[in-house]
Amino acid sequence: MLEVKDLHVSYGAIKALKGISFRVEKGSIVTLIGSNGAGKTTTLKAICGLVKVKSGQITLDGDDITNKPTNEIVSRKITMVPEGRRIFPNLTVYENLLVGAYQRKDKEGIKQDMEWAFSLFPRLKERINQKGGTLSGGEQQMLAIARALMSRPDLLMLDEPSLGLAPIIVEELFMVIEKIHQEGKTILLIEQNAYAALNIADYGYVLETGQIALHGPGKQLLGNERVKQAYLGG
Amino acid sequence: MTWTLLLQHLANGVALGFVFGLVAIGYTLVYGVVKLVNFAHGDIFMMASFFVYYGIVLFSFPWWFSFVCAIFLTALLGISIEKVAYKPLRDAPRISSLCSAIGMSFLLENFATVVFGGRQKPFYQPQILSKTLDIGGVRIQLVTVVTILVSVAALLFLNYLVYRTRMGLAMRALAHDFDTARLMGINVDRTITFTFAVGSSLAAISAIFWALRYPQIWPFMGVFPGWRAFTAAIIGGIGSIKGAMTGGFLIGMISIMLVAFLPDLAGYRDAFIFMMLVLVLLFKPTGLFGEA
Ligand SMILES: Nc1ncnc2c1ncn2[C@@H]1O[C@H](COP(=O)(O)OP(=O)(O)O)[C@@H](O)[C@H]1O
Ligand SMILES: [Mg+2]
Repeated sequence: MLEVKDLHVSYGAIKALKGISFRVEKGSIVTLIGSNGAGKTTTLKAICGLVKVKSGQITLDGDDITNKPTNEIVSRKITMVPEGRRIFPNLTVYENLLVGAYQRKDKEGIKQDMEWAFSLFPRLKERINQKGGTLSGGEQQMLAIARALMSRPDLLMLDEPSLGLAPIIVEELFMVIEKIHQEGKTILLIEQNAYAALNIADYGYVLETGQIALHGPGKQLLGNERVKQAYLGG
Repeated sequence: MTWTLLLQHLANGVALGFVFGLVAIGYTLVYGVVKLVNFAHGDIFMMASFFVYYGIVLFSFPWWFSFVCAIFLTALLGISIEKVAYKPLRDAPRISSLCSAIGMSFLLENFATVVFGGRQKPFYQPQILSKTLDIGGVRIQLVTVVTILVSVAALLFLNYLVYRTRMGLAMRALAHDFDTARLMGINVDRTITFTFAVGSSLAAISAIFWALRYPQIWPFMGVFPGWRAFTAAIIGGIGSIKGAMTGGFLIGMISIMLVAFLPDLAGYRDAFIFMMLVLVLLFKPTGLFGEA
């Protein structure tokens, strides 16, 4: 279980996170929604050790992992699909997946997970020897998720996976996310697409300018007047 | 000009091309991964030749053992330079590490002048390498053949390293995006250390072949080969290994052919090299194999 307590992060004078707390129970889907600049990406980067935490604490199953180097976080089976996909355009689809498995040595397991990734995203298999940069936006997002799965994480964090994708692809994507969840992964999902996210989430948090404004079970937040006003278009 | 003579010049051009190419690869690898022009690279090249010199003169090592030791020491030197002069500035603006690189270059040159002395020193010439082969009238020094063979081996190994190993995969991932590479669990510091070690070892190998060809070593001997190799890397497209090698070949060939065919103009060799740089960049600003 991941627990974040009173997290503060600043970029110079800009206070991006002003004391947020939340938890992600093992096996659940938790979503963090909020508008642009609310601090969603910063939260995930702080968990991964990509930005420095000023104060507060992040624990995984009771162990303090605050400000640990990213490769250590990854070896603790946390992984993130970054905002904007950030696949390696100069590497092939196959190599992108191999980088995802960078810390693993079990060749057989890697092969199995690659097959699993291909069963989730059959289109990637057709493009296995293509450079990542030649894929379409939707395919790149699939590759980014598949790449993250290759580290065999317990906790998969996704930063706005639906951003810039056609509605039909988004629908497909959310179905795959649910499938990944059913296979036993814990998921922390960040979205501006609040409706889709709250719909599949067990629990949701609403982030506003660096603070948690609201939280509750996903379906309950969907019915909340304030959430409807601000995030679901009235 | 006879055929045999032309072939002799060609062989020399190829050998010199490899020497420049291997140095150019050092620039290109480091630039590709950390986006830094390592201006101290030519001086790392110079230090390698002094490591060989002192291995033989001070420790009476056999020449081949001294060569091997020098390659390792040069790798260590490259690693240390990165730790001391570049790593602390990794998150600083690009211009800071550039200044640091130039400073490191001056530091090494002056260190060498004070400690080794500014006067030229003779570089040991193994008997066996100074033999001349006669292949159907084409006379080629054994050292030329060995330069080519060892360089080809080094290139094959490098190719294997970069395209077939985990470390190579990490280097290529890092070359594109530090943060995402970190997210994959890649140890960024270790990968950068490795990159500097590889680049510096290649510089050491070429320094040895350079000094076997031009057997006087001194603290500023790395300056012009360094600039030429850097130019080679730019001509080929910085970041591209293939490009660095191609640029190295062009420059090696120009250097040799100018002396052979237009000896009066040989003194303007660097002018020709930089003219070629300007021409290539005019038509292809990213270099021959560079990506935008
Ligand atoms: N690298 C950075 N440097 C300075 N400010 C940043 C940086 N990244 C984000 N911020 C600021 O921090 C706040 C939170 O940003 P972010 O976490 O990216 O929000 P979100 O992902 O919710 O859109 C914003 O005000 C943003 O401008
Ligand atoms: Mg964001």
